[in-house]
This record gives sequence, C-alpha cells and structure tokens, in this order.
Amino acid sequence: MKIDLTDTTASKINKALVKGRRAIGTPAVGMVLTLVIVTDEENAYDALKAANDASLEHPSRTLVVIKRVSRSPRDRTKSRLDAEVRVGADAGTGETVILRLYGEVSDHAQSVVLPLLLPDAPVVVWWSVDAPRDPAGDPLGALGQRRVTDSYAAEKPVEELKARAESYEPGDTDLAWARITPWRSMLAAALDQVDCEVVSVEVAGEEANPSVELLAMWLADRLHVHVRRAVSAGPGLTQVRLETTGGPITLHRSDGAMATLALPGQPDRAVALKRRETSELLAEELRRLDPDDTYASALRFGVDRLGGIQSASQRPEAATWTPGELPVRPVHDTPDPAAKPAGASASASAPASASAGEGDPGRPTPAQMPPVKKADPQ
Amino acid sequence: MSSSNPLRDPADRRLPRIAGPSGLVIFGVTGDLSRKKLMPAVYDLANRGLLPPGFSLVGFARREWANEDFAQEVHDAVKEHARTPFREEVWQQLIQGMRFVQGTFDDDDAFERLRETIGELDKAQGTGGNFAFYLSVPPGAFPVVIQQLKKHGLADQTGGSWRRAVIEKPFGHDLRSAEDLNTTVEEVFAPDQVFRIDHYLGKETVQNILALRFANQMFEPIWNRSYVDHVQITMAEDIGIGGRAGYYDGIGAARDVIQNHLLQLMALTAMEEPASFDADALAAEKTKVLGAVKLPGDLGANTVRGQYAEGWQGGEKAVGYLQEDGIDPKSKTDTYAAIKVEVDNRRWAGVPFYLRTGKRLGRRVTEIAVVFQRAPHSPFDHTATEELGQNAIVIRVQPDEGITVRFGSKVPGTSMEIRDVSMDFAYGESFTESSPEAYERLILDVLLGDSNLFPRTEEVELSWKILDPIEEYWDKHGRPAQYQSGTWGPVEADEMLKRDGRSWRRP
Repeated sequence: MKIDLTDTTASKINKALVKGRRAIGTPAVGMVLTLVIVTDEENAYDALKAANDASLEHPSRTLVVIKRVSRSPRDRTKSRLDAEVRVGADAGTGETVILRLYGEVSDHAQSVVLPLLLPDAPVVVWWSVDAPRDPAGDPLGALGQRRVTDSYAAEKPVEELKARAESYEPGDTDLAWARITPWRSMLAAALDQVDCEVVSVEVAGEEANPSVELLAMWLADRLHVHVRRAVSAGPGLTQVRLETTGGPITLHRSDGAMATLALPGQPDRAVALKRRETSELLAEELRRLDPDDTYASALRFGVDRLGGIQSASQRPEAATWTPGELPVRPVHDTPDPAAKPAGASASASAPASASAGEGDPGRPTPAQMPPVKKADPQ
Repeated sequence: MSSSNPLRDPADRRLPRIAGPSGLVIFGVTGDLSRKKLMPAVYDLANRGLLPPGFSLVGFARREWANEDFAQEVHDAVKEHARTPFREEVWQQLIQGMRFVQGTFDDDDAFERLRETIGELDKAQGTGGNFAFYLSVPPGAFPVVIQQLKKHGLADQTGGSWRRAVIEKPFGHDLRSAEDLNTTVEEVFAPDQVFRIDHYLGKETVQNILALRFANQMFEPIWNRSYVDHVQITMAEDIGIGGRAGYYDGIGAARDVIQNHLLQLMALTAMEEPASFDADALAAEKTKVLGAVKLPGDLGANTVRGQYAEGWQGGEKAVGYLQEDGIDPKSKTDTYAAIKVEVDNRRWAGVPFYLRTGKRLGRRVTEIAVVFQRAPHSPFDHTATEELGQNAIVIRVQPDEGITVRFGSKVPGTSMEIRDVSMDFAYGESFTESSPEAYERLILDVLLGDSNLFPRTEEVELSWKILDPIEEYWDKHGRPAQYQSGTWGPVEADEMLKRDGRSWRRP
C-alpha cells in the first residue's frame, strides 16, 4: 500500500510506516538494514528499482532522498518535505519511503533521515549519482557504516577515482569495484592453475570506465609488477593479459557476455562473464558490511602509477615514486637488467625507461627473472 | 592449488571460492535425483561463477544417448528445476564440457570409454585429471561400480590430481553392511576422498545451528540439563512411498531417516563446541556425542513404529502402506518411527531426545525443538499461567527456514493472564529469499575437497550401533501400529511421551 504525505515531518512518516504495516498484517518484519539512496528525480526510478530487486536478498527499509531543485529565489527560502510511504507488495520485501526535499530542508536531509533509520540495524548510504567528494564527511554519509558511490556515473571517472583515494575512509566502496568481482575471481582462479610468476600486465577496456582502472590498480597492487592500461572500444572491460614466466595468460571478452580464458599449455576455455545489473551489484555490496580493505589498497595504489594513462600530473611523479616495503629491488639502485620478457606485448614494453634499457650484458631468460617492478615514465 | 597466488588474499572476501580445474562424473544420470537436484545444482554453481573454467560434466547411464541428447536432457532439467534464471552464456560455457558415456555397470568397454572420455576432457577442457565420481545408483550397484573404477584405473590419482567418490545414503542397512560398504569403497578410494552426502547437512539452517549456538552468548548458557527439559527432533513427510516400493520395503523409516538425518541433527544440537570449524574438529565432537548415546532399557516402551493406513491427507484420499503397489500385504516395514535416546554426558544426563519421522503425516516439516523446563517458581497464581506452556527454541529446518522462540507474555487488557507467544526469525525475511540449495553447497565442497559437511565412516558406524538394537527388537516383537494417513502418527507414540509426562509438539 501507498500513503502520500505532503508537507510532512519524520515523525508523521514514522506513524505512517507503523500504520501501513498494521494494515497489511505484519507488525514486525525481519529487515536487516536501512538503505539510504541519495539521488535526483532523473535517476530515482532506476535506483529504486535496483534497490527493490536487491531487497529480495536483503530485506531493508529503503529511504530515497530526492533533493528538488527550486527555480526561483522565493521557492528556495520555503522549505517543504513530501513523502511517499510504501509497504507490502509495493516495496519489494521491505519498506520504502521516498522523500522529496524542497528549499532549505534539502540542506538538512540528515535530520529527516536520522529518525527513520531502523534501530540497531546497519545503515548503507548509496549515491546513485553526484556523490560528494568526501562521502564519510557528508552529513548523510556520516549516518552510514557503508557508503556506496559509483564512479562510473561520474563525469570524469579517473578524476573521481583520485578524489575517492584522497577521501577514503573504511566503509567506502564503489559499484565500479563491485563490477569487476567476476573478473577478479576468474583471474585469481587462472593463477591458481599455473605455477609461474607474473612479469607484467595489460588491462584493456573502454575509455572513461573506472572499472578498468580499478582492475589495473588491483593487479598492480597485488602483483607488484608494471600494469598498463590500454583503451579499447568496449563494451566495458575487454581484455586482461598477464605476461608470466610461463607464457601469457589472457582473459578476453569482446561482447560483454562470453569471455575466453587462455592459459599457457592449456586449451582455451569459454567462461561466462556477463556484465551485471545494478541490482546484482548492490546485492553484492550489501552482502558484507565490513570495510573492504582490498578495495582501499587498490584505490590507494593510485591511477597515476598505471602505465598508459594520459594525465598531466603523471609525468613528473612517475619517476619518483618509491616502491616502499615491497620485496623488489628499488628502481634506482641498479641498472635494471631486464626490460620485459621477449614475448611481452610490444605496446607495453615499447617506451621502456632509460635506466632499464641500458647495459644489460647478462640478460636473463624470462624463466630466471624475478618479478620486476620498474618505473615507466610514458 | 598454489597457496602463493598473489591475487588471493584472505581479507578479500568478495572473491568466492572457485573450485580448481575439475569434472564431475554422474553414474545413474537418468535418475530422478540427478535430474531434479544434481544437474540444476551444477548449473546454479556455474551461474554463480563458482565452477572453474573448463568444468566438465560426464553422464554415465544405460540409455542410448549421444552427447547432444545428454546436453538436451541437462538443458531441460536445468530449465525446469534450476534456482537461478537461465542464461545462455552460462549454458554455452557448460555445454562445452558435457559428455555422455553409454553402458551398464558391468560393461568393461563402457568404463574403458569413460577413461578415454576423461583423457579427452583433460586435453580439450584442461580438467587436469581431477574428477569426482557421483554414485547416484541403487545400493546394490555400489560395489560393482567401485570395482569397475578400480579395475580401469579411474580411481588412480596421478601427478597431483585427485579422484573422489561421492556416495548417497543408504550407507548400508545395518552396522555390518555399512562396514562392508566402507571396506569396499575405501579399498579403492582413500578415506579422505570419500564424500558421503547427507543433503540435510548442506542446508543453510543446519549450518546455522552451529552459528546460533557458538557465535552467540545468549543461548549456550541454557543449553544443558539444568534448563532443558527435553529435545524433540521431527522429520515429517506428507507423501507416501510413491514409486519407491522396491527400495523402501524392508528398509523403513528408521533406517531411511533416523540413522542418518535425525542422528546428525541430534549430534549438531547436542555436541560440545569444536576447537575450530575445520572438518576434523567437527567430526571429533559429533563422534563424541554419537558415542555417548544411550538407549533406554525398555525398548518396547520407548520406541514406536507405525504404518500409514488409509485416510485423507490434505484433502486427497491416500491408500494405506500395505495397499501400495508392490508392497507385501504382510510387510512389517515401518513408515513411522519414534525413538527416545539419552546422551550420557555431563551436559545432557537425564535429558531425553525424542526422534520421530514418518510418511503421510500432517505436513512436510523438519524441525528441532529444544523445550525448556518450567520456571522453578511462579509469583502468579495458577489461573494466570494456566495457558502457559514450556518455553521452547525451535529450529525450523524446512520448509520456511528459521527459528522460533516461544515464551509467555501477558495478554493485554486482562489483570494478569499469561499466554504463549512466539518470536520469529525467518531466513526468507532476513536474508536472501534464494539461499543456495543444499546440493550446490555440497557439490562445490566435494570439488574443493572440503569435508566439513560430510559424515565420516565412524559417524555412520556409530549411528548404526544406535539403531541396530532397536531394529533387532522390532524384528522380534510385535507389528507396526497403524495410523491414519494425514495425522501426526500412531496413538502409541503419544502414549510413549505421556508416560514421561510430556507431549509431542504439533510442528
């Protein structure tokens, strides 16, 4: 059932929720979390639909916060809260309240949301668009244990990733990160099957798709090797190529659904790697509510340290980053004997750094080589 | 699986456990279990991205099928029974590794072809020689298939690959036959490569018993003889024996259900906290409980068996067991069994565990009810608490998985009137409405080599030691009581509890 409330308050909304639940005969339900969706009129429908689908897996109270744009200065000074309360069949498996905020109250959305949170249950805040630069510092974001952004929806995804890295707080997460879970698990499974070391990596995908950068950063962060980001026509991610001491491993997907996994010395295999719906991504996000350290680590690796990224800030920094405590030789200590194994993709190794290219009389074969990390000024 | 994989990180909990390169060979692939459970489970696993690339499924049966016919059969089974939506690209991934081998179990050529098929799959699909053999076959065919696997070198693990055997209940029909079976199987497969499927243990609710007991503080302090009055474990079916006359007659409810499912549920309910959640520690605790089970001295008074008689079950007329097709009218097979046992240890001394199971009962339900003692003293007068029963925690295993807590509460508006109310946690409400099927979890565990949820040889043998004396007693004394179909069992069962001053819950 639906209850419309115009020019209302949080306490009236709470009363309407209780009334709605009584009317459908379920005074207490096992909702496991409160999901706060911050969005605009344009995206509210899609976001709510995804949340309702995800609620099949995670029954929740969904609060949709829509900040209305006021056209005239007079409207902006007036403050009004409208709410649409949905319970029962109209609200997935939980309850939904759509909050429309006009005028001044739209700057104080947290005051509306706070009284409507379920007791004790965790709170997840999801900005389907226009995430704040600092999610944890945002008044609404501060209410949540988990803050979900989507850098895919941003105007400049790569810049967005940098901002996320700067403002990262435990509990932040990104749907662009959830999008690559199947790729990550397939790549991990692929490395389970071979006994060799990865020497370098190339990740290819469409432009302006932050999932490609995130996957590349994760690989760089975990493997401690040079990772190059290449641009392809898409859709989404199209290929990951790991150059290893045993030969190349490639995971290639050209149509957004079926991928081919090629391992050295093994037959090519088809794997289903379909691009997923927003509701599935959201359901994955809600499955675990503890901080995602792997995401944090990958994000903090930094977009600038990837090869192949054209960015103004990148050139001077690339030569100066330090490998930290990583178990590899610092780049500047010795002339790097090995640029790349012979079979490495030409595009990745072509602009090999000056230090790496010089004086390598005893160049080892790829099999003898330790995994090498090297600076790669583009 | 190499442990040094730099992409694996225990903290990275989004990455699922994907089985390594492997394949599954199903014997008796045309059977009901295979069609309704195994094939859909394989598809659901693939759909959830948990199967390795190149996973192969080999069917073995007598039917004259080509690979395509087999694929079509799997396709139909998946469309009809799979839990997750059908997706073409997942199907395309699976179909590449599907093979069918035609033959009977004593046909040497067929097993030779199976060996070639496996070799071919290793080359084409990269399964790496890792295969699990799922024996979905009648108990009589077990030894033949196992011997054939040995004879044709199919059970040999070479160069780091594994070969595993998956077997279904019944694990024998008494202690001796169970021991024989174990000897037969373990002669060919190492004990840690034998997986006995008790699909109840794959259910989320059953695994949740451990979470409920050992992850919480509020239940464990009262989980003992000081507070618990008794425990009732029920598994009721509303159906009759259907077309399984040949299998069921002579086996009966106690062997079919109590020996495996109910004793396992009891072990999980009664066991001490394991040192860790790994397979050895769990098995050790379960074995201890099963070893501590004591049968009552008077088996006649503390066990009941019955046979369903003609009656109405849920609005449909049902024939009695003795009138079913293919059943000897003089059969003494039990379709209902209720037994009382005690667990003779410090925690449970004097607390009876009542186990019951039956066919054609009121409705299909499986539950564990831990019933508590009454409050030692009540400040309210007798009339106020007249309607108050005993507190209980009920773990609903199926259907409508969840937990109910029953306790007394004041009726509003009265001066003081206390009545039972229940507080409910439903899995479907608080978590996914589509939790994985038991077989998905179990098949994945087999491929991963994770034996947490599989009963071991000792557990099976201990369970037979509990049941054998009862079956022997029944053989020598009396006949099964008759109960009307659609009711909750014979009156003798009610009387059995009444003698103890208790009564069965209506589940």
